[in-house]
Amino acid sequence: MKLANTYSAWVVAAVALAAVPFVHSDPYHLHILILILIWSFAYTSWSMMGRFGLTSLGHGGFMGIGAYVTALLWNHLGVSPWLGIPIALACAGALALVVGYPCFRFRITGHYFALVTLALSGIVLQIVTATRDYTGGSLGYTPEVTKGSKLVAMQSSDKIVWYLAALVIWALGLAIWTWVDRSMMRSAMEAISEDEDAAAAAGVNVTAEKLKITVLSALMTALAGALYCQYQMFISPDTVSGIAVSLQMVFAAVVGGLYVALGPTVGAIITILMAEILRISFGTKAVGWDNLIYGVLLVLFIIFLPKGILGSILARLRVGR
Amino acid sequence: MESFLEIFDIYLLEAVINGILLGGVLALLALGLNLIFGVIDVTWICYAELIMIGMYAMYYLFAVYHVPYWLAAPICILVVAGLGALLHFLVIAPLLSAPPINQLLATGGVLFFLQSFATVAFGIDFRNIGIRLPVLSLGDMNFSYARLLAFIAAAIGMAVVYVFMRKTYVGTAIRAIAQDRQIMVLMGVDTRRIYLITSAIGGALAGLAACLLVLMYDVHPFIGLSIGPITFLICVLGGLGNFVGGFVAAFVFAEIISMGGMFSDLEWGYVLAFAFFIIMMFIRPGGLLARRA
Repeated sequence: MKLANTYSAWVVAAVALAAVPFVHSDPYHLHILILILIWSFAYTSWSMMGRFGLTSLGHGGFMGIGAYVTALLWNHLGVSPWLGIPIALACAGALALVVGYPCFRFRITGHYFALVTLALSGIVLQIVTATRDYTGGSLGYTPEVTKGSKLVAMQSSDKIVWYLAALVIWALGLAIWTWVDRSMMRSAMEAISEDEDAAAAAGVNVTAEKLKITVLSALMTALAGALYCQYQMFISPDTVSGIAVSLQMVFAAVVGGLYVALGPTVGAIITILMAEILRISFGTKAVGWDNLIYGVLLVLFIIFLPKGILGSILARLRVGR
Repeated sequence: MESFLEIFDIYLLEAVINGILLGGVLALLALGLNLIFGVIDVTWICYAELIMIGMYAMYYLFAVYHVPYWLAAPICILVVAGLGALLHFLVIAPLLSAPPINQLLATGGVLFFLQSFATVAFGIDFRNIGIRLPVLSLGDMNFSYARLLAFIAAAIGMAVVYVFMRKTYVGTAIRAIAQDRQIMVLMGVDTRRIYLITSAIGGALAGLAACLLVLMYDVHPFIGLSIGPITFLICVLGGLGNFVGGFVAAFVFAEIISMGGMFSDLEWGYVLAFAFFIIMMFIRPGGLLARRA
C-alpha cells in the first residue's frame, strides 16, 4: 500500500512538472527553470562521485569536452549533435579512464586526487584557449544556426521543447543516482571511502569500482555540457570549463546536500535564484556580489552544515519521526 | 665563448635561462603552499588569491598613495601575512578535525570570496603599477630585468625561511610538527600557536611573491586563476609538503613552459607542462623525489 502511494506521488509530481510550461509560459521564467534543470543534472553528476569522498575538481573539464566536442563537430564537420553528443561522451569517458585508472591504481586519494583532477580541468581550459583558431579561445564559441532541419541540428528556439528535454535529462540523472544508491556499487563505494584496505580485503575491487563511478559521472557531466551548449548556443571557457566551474559544482552540491538525491537540485535552485535575484535587483552593480555571497556561504556550510540544506532537513525529519 | 654560443642555438639558451628565472618565482610560490601543507596538512586552494590581494595592496600603496617601493613591499608582506593568519583562525581552525577534503573545499569558498571581493572593491580593470624595468641584453639574448630581480628576491626569501626553520626555536617546532602532529602536543608545544605562525609565514611568502609578480604582470581579480593551478601542480609534482621536491619541480616546470613557449604559443607551454604533470603522476605518484614503495 505504501509502495503504491509513493509510486502515485511520483507520477503526480512528474505530471505536474511536465505541465508547468503549458500553464505558465513566461519565457524568462522558463529560461531560469531550464538553466536550473541543466545545472541540477550537472551537479547531480558531480555528487555521484563526491558523495563517496572522490572529490573531483576536474568536472569543469568533462563539461567543457561535452560542450566543445559537440559544437566543433557540428561547425567544422557538419556532424549532427545526435551523433556528436555520443562522440563527445565517448571522449569524456575515455579521458576519465585515462586519468582515473592510474589515480586509483596508485592510490591517489584525498588532496592528491583533488589536485590531479584540478590539473585536468586546467588542461582542458588551456587547450581551448590555445586552439583559439578553432574554438574561439576565451571569447567563446557559437554553434552555427542550422539552415536545414532543426531536429537534425538539435536546435530549437521553443523554450517549451527545451524545458521538456531538460526535465527528461534531469529525471534521468535522478534515476541513475537512485539506481546507484540501491545497487551493490553503493555499498562497495562506501566501504572504499571508509577504508580502502579493508574494502580490498573484503573482496571489493577498489580500482574497478572507483573507475565505474568516475566514468559514469564524467559521461553525465559531458552530457550536461552538450545540453547547455545546444540550449544556450554560446559557450566560453569560463562558463563550461576550468576550475571556477568545477568549484561551482562542488559548492552547489555541498549547499544542497551531497548525500541525498535531490540535494544538488536544491543547490542549483538556491544558487541560480540567488544570482538572478541579485542581478535583477542591483543590475550591473551586482557583478561579483553573487560570488561573494557564495564564497561566504560555502565556508559557513562546510563548517556548520556539512550535510547541506536538504540533507540536514531530511536528517532532522528522520530523527523527529 | 663565441663558438660555444654558435654551437648552441642562441634562442634555446635564452629560453633555458628565462626558464631558470621563472623557476625562481615558481619555487617561491610553491614554498609557501608546501609549508602550510607540510605543517598543518591543509591545502589552501585560495593561495593564489592571497597573492592577488597582495598585488592590489602593492598597486594601491605604490601607484595611488605614492609610498616608495621599498616601504610598500614590507607593508604588503605584513598585510598578506595577517590575511594568512586570519584565514587559519577563521576557516581552518574550526575544521581541523573535519575530513581534510572539507578544509580544501572551505578554502575554495574563500577563493570565491576573495575573487569577488576584489571585483566589487577594485573593479575588473587591469591595473599596472607603472614601473617599467629595462630589458637586459646579453649578446643576442634578451632577459627581463624584473624576472632577474624576482629570481634574486625569491632566492633571498627562501634562504631566510631556511635559516629561520633551522636556527630558531619556533622553526624547529614547526619542523617537528611536520614530522609528527600528535607527539608534539605531549612535548609541550602549543600547536595552535605554531599553526598560526606557520599560516602567517605562508601568507608572508605569498606577500613576497605578490611584490615580485606585480613588477611583471598587471593585476586583475582573476589573476589567481592563472597562477593558482600551476602552483598546486608544482607542489603535487614535488610531493605535497616536500620542500626540496617543490623546489626541483618548480624549475622542471618552468623549463617546460619556457621551452614549449619557444616553439609555439605560451599556452602550449602550459598544456605541455600539464600533460607532463599527469604523466609524472602515474610514474611517480608520491612526487618527483619520493622513493618508490
